Amino acid sequence: MSIGVGLAVGLYGTSFGALSTAAGLSVWQTQVLSLLMFSGGSQFAVIGVLGASGPAGVIPAIVSAWLLGIRNGFYALRLNSVLSVTGVIKLIAAQLTIDESNAVSASQDTDKDSRRGFWITGIAVFIFWNLFTLVGALLGSVISDPSVWGLDAAAAAAFLGLVWPRLKHLQSNLTALIAVVFTLILVPLLPSGIPVIVAAPIAVGLIYLLKRTGFGKYLQGDSNG
Amino acid sequence: MDNYWIAVIVGSLAVYFWKILGYALPKKFAENQVVVVFASKLTIALLAALTAVQTFASGQSLQLDSRIVGVVVAAFLYWRKAPFIVAVCAAALVAALLRNLLGWP
Repeated sequence: MSIGVGLAVGLYGTSFGALSTAAGLSVWQTQVLSLLMFSGGSQFAVIGVLGASGPAGVIPAIVSAWLLGIRNGFYALRLNSVLSVTGVIKLIAAQLTIDESNAVSASQDTDKDSRRGFWITGIAVFIFWNLFTLVGALLGSVISDPSVWGLDAAAAAAFLGLVWPRLKHLQSNLTALIAVVFTLILVPLLPSGIPVIVAAPIAVGLIYLLKRTGFGKYLQGDSNG
Repeated sequence: MDNYWIAVIVGSLAVYFWKILGYALPKKFAENQVVVVFASKLTIALLAALTAVQTFASGQSLQLDSRIVGVVVAAFLYWRKAPFIVAVCAAALVAALLRNLLGWP
C-alpha cells in the first residue's frame, strides 16, 4: 500500500516539477523545494504565488507556504507518541511528516504497523516525489510559453485537486466558499500574493464566529476536515 | 530570479519549523479541539483561495479566460473520482486547445 502511495505521489510530483519551472523557477530551485520543503501543498503555494506575482511575491510565497505547513505540525504531535524517536532520527522523522505518511500511519491498527506505515510511506514518497520532480522540472524547462500549453489552467486544477478531498462537510465547503469570495474581492485591492494570506484567516474567523453565534447547529461539526 | 532562492530556502525552513515543533510540544496540544479545527479549516481556506487566484487573477485584475473552462473540466473529473494527474492534464489540454484552435484568451 505504501509503495502504491509513493507511485501515485510520483505522478503528482511530475506535475509539480513541470509547473514550477513553467512558473519561472530553475530546475535546481524546483528540486531543492522537493528535497527541503517536502510538503506538496506548501510547494505548490510557493510556485503559484511566485508564478503569479514574480519577485514581488517572495514574502507572500513564504507566508502562504508557512501557513499551509501548520497541519504537518499536528501530524507531528500525533506521530511523536507513536514513533518515540530521539536525536537525528527525530529530525529525519520530522522531515518525513506529511499528509501521506501520517494518513497511512493513522490507518493502522497496532503501534508497530503504525510505525512501519509511517517510515515506509515517508521514505517511498520522498524518493518518488523527488525523482519525479526532476522529470517534471526537465520537461517544464523546455516550455517557453506556459499559457500556450495550458499550464496556467493546470496549476489552477492542481490547487483544486489539493482542496477537493477536504470538502466533505458543509462547514468545510462554506470555509472554502468564503475564502474564494474574499480572495476575489481583495485581488484588485491588494498587491499580488497578499489576497490569499488575508482572505484565508478571514474565512476561518468568520466560520468560527458563525459557530459561536448560534448558526453552529446548522454546521455539522467535523474536526479533520 | 535570485530572489526566488530566498523563497525556496526561507520557505523550506518555515515549513520545517512546524514539523519539528510538533515533535517538541507535549501531546496535549493535539487534544485541543479549537486548535485542531482551526488548522484544518485554515488549510482548506488557503487552498481554496489559491485555487481562486490561479483561476481568475491576472496580476491585480480579475480575468475570465480559458483557465476557467480547464478548471470546470478538472472539477468534473475530480467529482468522477479521476486521479489528480488526469484532471490536471485534462485542464491543460482543454485550455491549450481553446487558445490554439479557437483563439480564446
